[in-house]
Amino acid sequence: MTQVAEPEATRWVGGGLKRKEDPKLITGQGRYVDDITLPGMLYLAFARSPVAHANIASIDTSAAKGLPGVVAVYTGPELADEWAAAMPCAWPVTSRTYPGEPTADARVPDHWPVAKDRVRYMGEIVAVVVADSREHAVDATEAVDVDYDELPVVDSIEEAVADGAHVIHEQFDSNELYTWNLRNGDADRVFAEAPVVVSERYFHPRLIANAIEPRGIVAQPVPAQGEFTVWSATQIPHFLRVFLTLLLGIPETKIRVIAPEVGGGFGSKLEIYAEELITVALARKLGAPTKWTETRSEGYLATVQGRGVIQDMEVAATEEGRLLGVRVKLQADMGAYASLCGPGIPILGAFHYHGVYDCEAYSFTCTSVFTNRTPTDAYRGAGRPEATYATERIMDALARRVGKDPAEVRAMNFIPPFDQPRMTAGTLEYDSGNYGAALAKAKELVGYDELRREQQAGDGRRDGKLLGVGISSYMEVCGWAPSQVLGTLQYAGGGWERASVRCNPTGKVTVVAGTSPHGQGHSTTFSQIVADDLGVTPDDVEVLAGDTSIATWGLDSYGSRSLSAGGVAIHKAAERVREKARILAAHELEVAEEDLEWTDGKFQVKGAPDRAKTVPELAFSAWAAHNMPEGVDPVLEASAVFDPPNWTYPSGTHICVVEIDPDTGSTRIDRYVAVDDCGTIINPMVVDGQVMGGVAQGIAEALYEEAIYDENGTLLTGNMSTYRVPSAAELPGYTLGKTVTPSSTNPMGVKGIGETGTIAAPPAVMNAVADALRFVGVEFIDKPASAEKIWRVVQQAQGQAPPDRAPEGGGTGAASMTPGVEGGAA
Amino acid sequence: MRRIALTVNGVRREAEVEPRLLLVYFLRETLGLTGTNVGCDTSSCGSCTVMMDGQSVKSCTVLAVQADGSEVATIEGLATNGQLHPLQEAFRNNHGLQCGFCTPGMIMAGLGLIESGAGMDEEEVRLGLEGNLCRCTGYQNIVKAIQEAAGQMRQSAPAVQGGSE
Repeated sequence: MTQVAEPEATRWVGGGLKRKEDPKLITGQGRYVDDITLPGMLYLAFARSPVAHANIASIDTSAAKGLPGVVAVYTGPELADEWAAAMPCAWPVTSRTYPGEPTADARVPDHWPVAKDRVRYMGEIVAVVVADSREHAVDATEAVDVDYDELPVVDSIEEAVADGAHVIHEQFDSNELYTWNLRNGDADRVFAEAPVVVSERYFHPRLIANAIEPRGIVAQPVPAQGEFTVWSATQIPHFLRVFLTLLLGIPETKIRVIAPEVGGGFGSKLEIYAEELITVALARKLGAPTKWTETRSEGYLATVQGRGVIQDMEVAATEEGRLLGVRVKLQADMGAYASLCGPGIPILGAFHYHGVYDCEAYSFTCTSVFTNRTPTDAYRGAGRPEATYATERIMDALARRVGKDPAEVRAMNFIPPFDQPRMTAGTLEYDSGNYGAALAKAKELVGYDELRREQQAGDGRRDGKLLGVGISSYMEVCGWAPSQVLGTLQYAGGGWERASVRCNPTGKVTVVAGTSPHGQGHSTTFSQIVADDLGVTPDDVEVLAGDTSIATWGLDSYGSRSLSAGGVAIHKAAERVREKARILAAHELEVAEEDLEWTDGKFQVKGAPDRAKTVPELAFSAWAAHNMPEGVDPVLEASAVFDPPNWTYPSGTHICVVEIDPDTGSTRIDRYVAVDDCGTIINPMVVDGQVMGGVAQGIAEALYEEAIYDENGTLLTGNMSTYRVPSAAELPGYTLGKTVTPSSTNPMGVKGIGETGTIAAPPAVMNAVADALRFVGVEFIDKPASAEKIWRVVQQAQGQAPPDRAPEGGGTGAASMTPGVEGGAA
Repeated sequence: MRRIALTVNGVRREAEVEPRLLLVYFLRETLGLTGTNVGCDTSSCGSCTVMMDGQSVKSCTVLAVQADGSEVATIEGLATNGQLHPLQEAFRNNHGLQCGFCTPGMIMAGLGLIESGAGMDEEEVRLGLEGNLCRCTGYQNIVKAIQEAAGQMRQSAPAVQGGSE
């Protein structure tokens, strides 16, 4: 884990450069949205529905209006004229039977920033208070008097699809948004003829992203000009600007959106939120700067959640365990409305439920439904963790069925190593991969064979604890492009990315990136790329991003696209700068361009290394422009757009070793080994940081986290003390390894690393837990494997405990949900 | 309103405050020291950790009026004469931060832990950080950073006193 600080010669890519972002962040000088205070600023607070489903019979805001410091109070109808359109769904997936034409219209119900006459989830905004301080605004929300006529609550996926279910949006005939199918090959025949069929049901609880910075927004109007500057804790400043125009009717040219320092996102800040629209609308209406900062508990209700999926997963195989077919049926919980990308999230995983193994027949079906809960959308990995969990857990089940070691069954099914695009059963063209190499390395790092011997010899026990080993050989799909393909998937945006590289007169380089960072170290990584391209040092490079007036074009950061789309655009722009510099160098050195070579970061005359020009030297002469070649414009800069021709496909193998105390159910992770292949590595320190953070979130998903609602649609885990985000005390250290299989999708060979840990870890941990528990006769256990759940399934397996509640997805319909009390699925 | 006087990063500050004002908002909004962050409303995340009279405290669990007469140190006061504190250096050297939002609290919690004389093996540091949440790093590099800084600080005693200049 020691990081290399000194680059080899002039090459910075591949070195563990310390982060350029850090000095301000370790001294308290980073400026997040909540750090912004403007003269005359007004503060917003929201009255939110305490019930999950109701008609609003009446709202009385008169008492609130009379409280100290209150400037205004608005209800939904009072703000109705502010909206040019309802809140957006940029991925309105529609039903389809096969790859091809939709069979129904998109079902996107109107979702207004402030509820007009009905609320459909706990936490939906019913009134807005504007006051002279945060405290006065919050005080007044408590004086808003609302009468609710409660309606039946659809509290689970099962409830949503049940016969006679209450329909949440009455303009539709059911709670279903869509049923979407993908088929390749004759799955029915393959499953009918296969000697081995394994089926399991998995339930993915809703998760809460918990970016440590809560959301927030500040809007500053210049009323006389009709202009607005907006600071938002968002992953998507460019999209926010587009939607502020579409939804508020303010011309794009009058809006500047800035994502300043953003304290984590994980998908939860990849959204156009009601609070953002209201804060800007009220800056317009009142002609004064406005601000809102989310409280954490408020965010638990009002920030999109992740996962919320039931999977019926089946594989068909030979008696030896060779995979023949994959058939999966999903049901996904969208919550009360179609969020920005929510309907598309299950589709992100639709194409690779066979993972790193190929098969001859593939069938995927997903039904997405409305429930009376907070809307769901992307959470780190978004669709791909769900897919990978199903694939990797059922590979273990298959191994058990055919009586082989899980590593052996994986190895015999891997797609063989390849370095050019390869079509797979799920109809994706994987870019490159070497899955066996990662498994072999992970086995070696963890001491796999020795662990299996120890398990065998000790009847699954080590010092009285149950010893389990779990493997996850994952792949993922990232880079979120090409634009044309995204269009065929009904996604509204494109997948390209744009950058410009500007060589200032004194030799410093300004990079303008269209991606928008929130902790990933883009400035560092992008500086390394440009430093190599232009023969300067990373310290000579400044990266500007996250401001729509500076980065005029961009599609922001999500889906691990920042390097594989954005970084490649920067590289492309830097190469254009260097090509122009070559023309200038040839002119100034009075030689033909072919007589120059790019060596040690400068252009030198072949055979005469003392005759050379650096890019900074050429930048100065291009700025002075006293002696430009015929037809060449002054100044040294270039921009480039990169629209990737394919996705990228990082992969790897993670192995988790657990010790479980059968008497208490507590799990200790003894070892966690992650071997990842993200293609070419720009900064190994940053890559390792992304892996460890992702794995931590994946372990949390496996062992701790679960958003639990009761039958009234009330979130029981409604704050950070009841929803269990693990601390350093619960999490292990990690052993990391790498394999490198360059991507065939882009000239740099990069793939992306931001989501791999969260994708790989949950099945690695749960396979380890299940592996340990088989020694006491437990057949099945699902996420999250809390101590209490493990204790219960152990007791049940030993015939010592009554059955507990049926979880959502457990097949027995809705049941009361108590935090941490849950049984195994069917 | 109540009048309070306290020392923050070595500077005496006085103000009239509402009795319900939390120390963290006094620091952020009254004094403009926005390096200390607010990440939750249940005293769970530790982003607001500062040193108060030589001990680390979550400044969202302390009323400003309770800090009357105290010596408080925040992340802004940690570097001296342009020289980063060993903990700040160690967080950068070990990639102990990503988005940086929990970092001021983590650094101050690490300072409190080191100053308390606690043991510094991995298990002890992990337990000592139980009250501070990070969603980006997975903690391993934070633990390493605190161990590294502790080694340096304990070698070069006298120990740093939070809040005293």
